Amino acid sequence: MLEIKNLHASVESKEILKGIDLTIKAGEMHTIMGLNGSGKSTLANIIAGSEVYKITKGTVLYNNKDLLDLSPEERALQGIFLSFQYPAVIPGVNNTYFIKAALNAKRKYQGEAELDAMDFMVLIKEKLKMVGMDESYLRRSVNDGFSGGEKKRNEILQMITLEPTLAILDETDSGLDIDALKIIANGVNNYRKKDNAFLVITHYQRLLNYIEPDVIHVMIDGKIVKTGGKELALTLEEKGYQWLTDEATVEL
Amino acid sequence: MPQVPQKSDSFKEREYKIIDDAINQDYKYGFVSDIEQDIIPPGLNEDVIRLISSKKDEPDWLLEWRLKSYRNWKKMVEPTWAKISYPPIDFQAISYYAAPKEKKKLGSLDEVDPELLDTYNKLGIPLDEQKLLSNVAVDAVFDSVSVATTFKEELAKHGVIFMPFSEAVQKYPELVKKYLGMSVPPADNFYSALNSAVFSDGSFVYIPKGVRCPMELSTYFRINASQTGQFERTLIVAEEGSHVSYLEGCTAPMRDENQLHAAVVELIAHKDANIKYSTVQNWYPGDKEGKGGIYNFVTKRGLCRGANSKISWTQIETGSAITWKYPSVILKGDNSIGEFYSVAMTNNYQQADTGSKMIHIGKNTKSTIISKGISAGRSQNTYRGGVKIMKSAENARNFSQCDSILIGDKCGAHTFPYIDVRNPSALMEHEATTSNIGDDQLFYCNQRGISTEDAVSMIVNGFCKEVFANLPMEFAVEAHKLMEISLEGSVG
Ligand SMILES: Nc1ncnc2c1ncn2[C@@H]1O[C@H](COP(=O)(O)OP(=O)(O)O)[C@@H](O)[C@H]1O
Ligand SMILES: [Mg+2]
Repeated sequence: MLEIKNLHASVESKEILKGIDLTIKAGEMHTIMGLNGSGKSTLANIIAGSEVYKITKGTVLYNNKDLLDLSPEERALQGIFLSFQYPAVIPGVNNTYFIKAALNAKRKYQGEAELDAMDFMVLIKEKLKMVGMDESYLRRSVNDGFSGGEKKRNEILQMITLEPTLAILDETDSGLDIDALKIIANGVNNYRKKDNAFLVITHYQRLLNYIEPDVIHVMIDGKIVKTGGKELALTLEEKGYQWLTDEATVEL
Repeated sequence: MPQVPQKSDSFKEREYKIIDDAINQDYKYGFVSDIEQDIIPPGLNEDVIRLISSKKDEPDWLLEWRLKSYRNWKKMVEPTWAKISYPPIDFQAISYYAAPKEKKKLGSLDEVDPELLDTYNKLGIPLDEQKLLSNVAVDAVFDSVSVATTFKEELAKHGVIFMPFSEAVQKYPELVKKYLGMSVPPADNFYSALNSAVFSDGSFVYIPKGVRCPMELSTYFRINASQTGQFERTLIVAEEGSHVSYLEGCTAPMRDENQLHAAVVELIAHKDANIKYSTVQNWYPGDKEGKGGIYNFVTKRGLCRGANSKISWTQIETGSAITWKYPSVILKGDNSIGEFYSVAMTNNYQQADTGSKMIHIGKNTKSTIISKGISAGRSQNTYRGGVKIMKSAENARNFSQCDSILIGDKCGAHTFPYIDVRNPSALMEHEATTSNIGDDQLFYCNQRGISTEDAVSMIVNGFCKEVFANLPMEFAVEAHKLMEISLEGSVG
């Protein structure tokens, strides 16, 4: 589904991604772990189409087509969803209105009839329940005055409403209390299907108590330095990242 | 002005007469039938003013009033403090009196400029109304006209006077004489003096004591808007305890050849009276290169004359090449309230210098200013506001909030708040923000599959929400669409 080869990217002539290789197949859940500043969000944003970064080398294929050619909205319409680490605030724009606009843009793109206000309300109320949000969120402006945890729930609400093919969750678990974490993990687990995929970015192990990724990658300084199964998370918990850094340096 | 009846077509003639009566035109005083006689050559002097006044068959006092205004105007200089620039206006090159132009009547909407029709459709204007606006013959007495007739009867029942200004001069000269110039004295400023000398026409509204005007005074307006002339004059008087909501403007774009518009609007609210005045202004802004477009120099002022009175201005300004406009309220009555809610949107080469003035004289007077400026393209958008608390205004309060949003990096937003407090008990709050439409906001929307154009319009509408909330319902919907149209081409 997603095939990244030797991806290099920089911002203001500072190289941030230094050759990423990553292949995600339908039905899989991958996790990227790594310390702050290692380039995880940069990778997520580039997949979503951010124009902040300059891609200097490498290719990205999505469903066997060049992803880098597509505008951010085309990527979204073709099923890529990013749960932002820092979701934007849009004052004055009603949350319901926003999610409805997003859903109808996608339905239109897929040649389906747009949902009217009534049908949408039925749908969104059901989704709200799944992420433990009450209806007052629908009346508020997009992320305006939301706490960190509320913003993250709002991202997951949008994810399960828009039903993406590839969902990228960028530190959706940070800033959440344990109950919220369970709810979100539950939302994610319920949404795992054989024809969609997840890329879950986190720098805490604790999320992995609730979701079970197929593959774990460790990213350090713009590179994936280690790939493994669940046991990798346990090693990280035990030893931290330092041994990997040493290893990486040795490899250089 | 509806079409001039064609002599050969008596059915059409009848039809036009119905329309004409229904919308209560005042251009009946002989000048449509004899067009030659009704254009005064360019130039302005006392004889021209006399001629204007005599064509309108005005009483002597009004002629004197015009002449006095003219003499004042001659001594005044054009203001230059606004942050706008334009080539000098040659006031002697303007014709100050012309009967409404007879436009070529079209057979069907197929003959109308498709771009104009496109805009009408986007605004959701009904077909029949589109025809009237674009001067296409109408086949039947359409809804708005019959609605208008019904409204007229309903208003008369409540004793509400709502008619063209020049008709009011004939029918209610005492009322006009008493209130004309009360809020905006002729010598108030250069443009108000010019307007007072040469004003063409406008509306007169009088709400009797204790009457709550049974409807928004708007319905005629879309229809009438094409004929308001260059120097419009409007006077609204609300007697004790009365209420009125007045909607000015026309959400359908009018192609107007007059470049200079200098209107005056005066509101007078007596004790316990309440006037709400809403405007949507989308006159021709000029083309993308900044050629053409209306110069709009307006003076609007309300006088809260009695205790507990309230005047509220709401404006959505998206049109004109130049906008120079500061709707104000003089808070004379104790406990009176003045409000100003504004959205000013500029694109391409438009320039807007707009804001409000609140003058507190009475005790416990309150004012609110909420101004939202949106600049795109190469436009310049200035908020200029003044709050004055006089010595007598014990416990006055003002809250001002001026937010600007920039789209792109070639436009400008400026804020000039002037505050003059002469009574220490005053409570003043002022907030101002300037922001760009954030790339992060746009990316967020794009990431959800929403196009940049839709995202900008969504963000801008969200930004203006507080102001739109003050518009009457059906107007708010049109205002939304209007913003979308004005924003077209501002990104990408
Ligand atoms: N827009 C940007 N401008 C400048 N530097 C950036 C930008 N985005 C990211 N960086 C830098 O790139 C590095 C990686 O950042 P990021 O991808 O956010 O890391 P992570 O998500 O792993 O914490 C950091 O050093 C960060 O400061
Ligand atoms: Mg990050």
